[in-house]
Amino acid sequence: MTKTRSVVMFIALLTGVLMLFFANVFVGSADIPLREAFGAVFGAENSASDILRKIRIPRALAAMLLGGALSLSGYLLQTFFHNPIAGPFVLGVSSGAKLVVAVTMIFSAGFFGSLSSAVMILSAFIGSMLSLGFVLLVSRKLKQMSMLVVCGVMTGYICSAVTDFLVTFADDSDIVNLHDWSMGTFSGMNMDNVRVIFVFVLAGVAGAFLISKPVGAYMLGESYAGSMGVNIKLLKVLLIVLSGLLSAAVTAFAGPVSFVGIAVPHIIRVLFRTSKPLLMIPACFLGGSIFCMLCDMIARTVFAPTELSISTVTAVFGAPVVILIMLKRKRGEI
Amino acid sequence: MTRGAFVSADGLSVGYGRKITVNGVEFCVNGGEILTLIGPNGAGKSTILKTIAGYLRRLDGNIAIHGENTDKISVKKMAEKLSVVLTERIRPELMTCREVVETGRYPYTGGFGILTRKDKQIVSEAIKTVSMQDFADMDFNLVSDGQRQRVMLARAICQEPDILILDEPTSYLDVHHKIMFLEILRRLALEKQIAVIVSMHELDFAEKVSDYALCIKDGKVFLSGTPDKIFTKENIMELYDVTEELYDKYFR
Repeated sequence: MTKTRSVVMFIALLTGVLMLFFANVFVGSADIPLREAFGAVFGAENSASDILRKIRIPRALAAMLLGGALSLSGYLLQTFFHNPIAGPFVLGVSSGAKLVVAVTMIFSAGFFGSLSSAVMILSAFIGSMLSLGFVLLVSRKLKQMSMLVVCGVMTGYICSAVTDFLVTFADDSDIVNLHDWSMGTFSGMNMDNVRVIFVFVLAGVAGAFLISKPVGAYMLGESYAGSMGVNIKLLKVLLIVLSGLLSAAVTAFAGPVSFVGIAVPHIIRVLFRTSKPLLMIPACFLGGSIFCMLCDMIARTVFAPTELSISTVTAVFGAPVVILIMLKRKRGEI
Repeated sequence: MTRGAFVSADGLSVGYGRKITVNGVEFCVNGGEILTLIGPNGAGKSTILKTIAGYLRRLDGNIAIHGENTDKISVKKMAEKLSVVLTERIRPELMTCREVVETGRYPYTGGFGILTRKDKQIVSEAIKTVSMQDFADMDFNLVSDGQRQRVMLARAICQEPDILILDEPTSYLDVHHKIMFLEILRRLALEKQIAVIVSMHELDFAEKVSDYALCIKDGKVFLSGTPDKIFTKENIMELYDVTEELYDKYFR
């Protein structure tokens, strides 16, 4: 019963990923006939191949990989905190990463010109760890889980405020892109970015798979997990590092993207009716890919040629899910 | 310390941090035997159990499993020898009772925790042992307290322990479920030759179910021995600070 359900759901998710990938490649402001577009994707040289290979395909791939990463990061954080409302955006992790990336961008602009992808990810990772560390410290003092979320949201606001301040006053020509980026967008991706993203995201996903067994035990609480032989301290460190790494990859390239990390794992749980980590990890990833590719397509096509920031769209679809979760929790159904 | 006993302790001091809560704990339990810990609230029964299970560092003395000092036993080996039913209530999301029981196989499964046919068979057996077949596939968060405790017991059995530690497992249960739970525990200890250490508040039940009892009061072992020596009017009056008048009023 559950097995057939999972198989059907996985097939549906994979189909969704494929369809949205092609939809993202075929739909855009430049009108490209379907036949030409197909040809370009599969290697033929024609007038469309430049637009497709340099703009649309990298962007679609980035949305696919980063959306999955964000959703998986949210799943890991929810597991870590035993809190369904945890996620990289809510806990201030994305904003922390954004702040450090902005600082690095501004201060290195004068010296090195543009930053390499690896440096961006590294700064985003440091930012994630700093804000997560802060939230962790506070949550140790305050046992209540609701306070954890409040603390995370406040951390996020502080980081965003400082970032906005920096962006406002650093009107250097080198940080022209900083404003767009700090709002969150998948635009401007190239294949080199995608390669770097792929490596980091692959590492994060592989790490998540490797800890899926102890994560399953951890769901029964720390004491029971400990009694089964789980090294709790190590597991906690790995959960934090992996979720930080995944959300750092997202923030470094696409800026902060809201609600994917919270909403998608919940949708997946409801669809699969299980919380087995071995299923949840790939399913959350695919779900996040679908969610982000769909949102990105809406962001760039609905008001074309004007582009919406990705968070505007993810919030519209993600926020209702979060409200639904809270209502359900009140009734004790989750 | 008795050589070869399933689990034994001598001169054991337990507590949180450096503060000793209970001193001079001594016991020795063999396969098929049940040791009950009784005593007033806050006396340190849970602290003793947590120390035996390895959650708390012991402050003095020794604990040995099959004569081997627990310091020398790795975390993984420990998980294969000892399992627990705790007071803490778990709320796993979207897990069926069977899935909770399955987590007991943790120390025996491979890197991804996938259950083999043998693991599944052991899970089914444990489910039968605690007779939870009727609600095995229900959501864990939706079953009653009595059923939940049986699930946790089945989970502990799946770990195939030599030693089973239970912290007030019957506290939230009604009389029917208390009796059912203790019957399962008694049978389990004998059939699987498991050494059981359990803390309880129900004196009448503790007297019937235990082979030995350890009374904890005021930071030390107040009394220890077989039930016929422990559960006397005088001992209970002193252990729980009740006058003869009140004892007669409530116990007889």
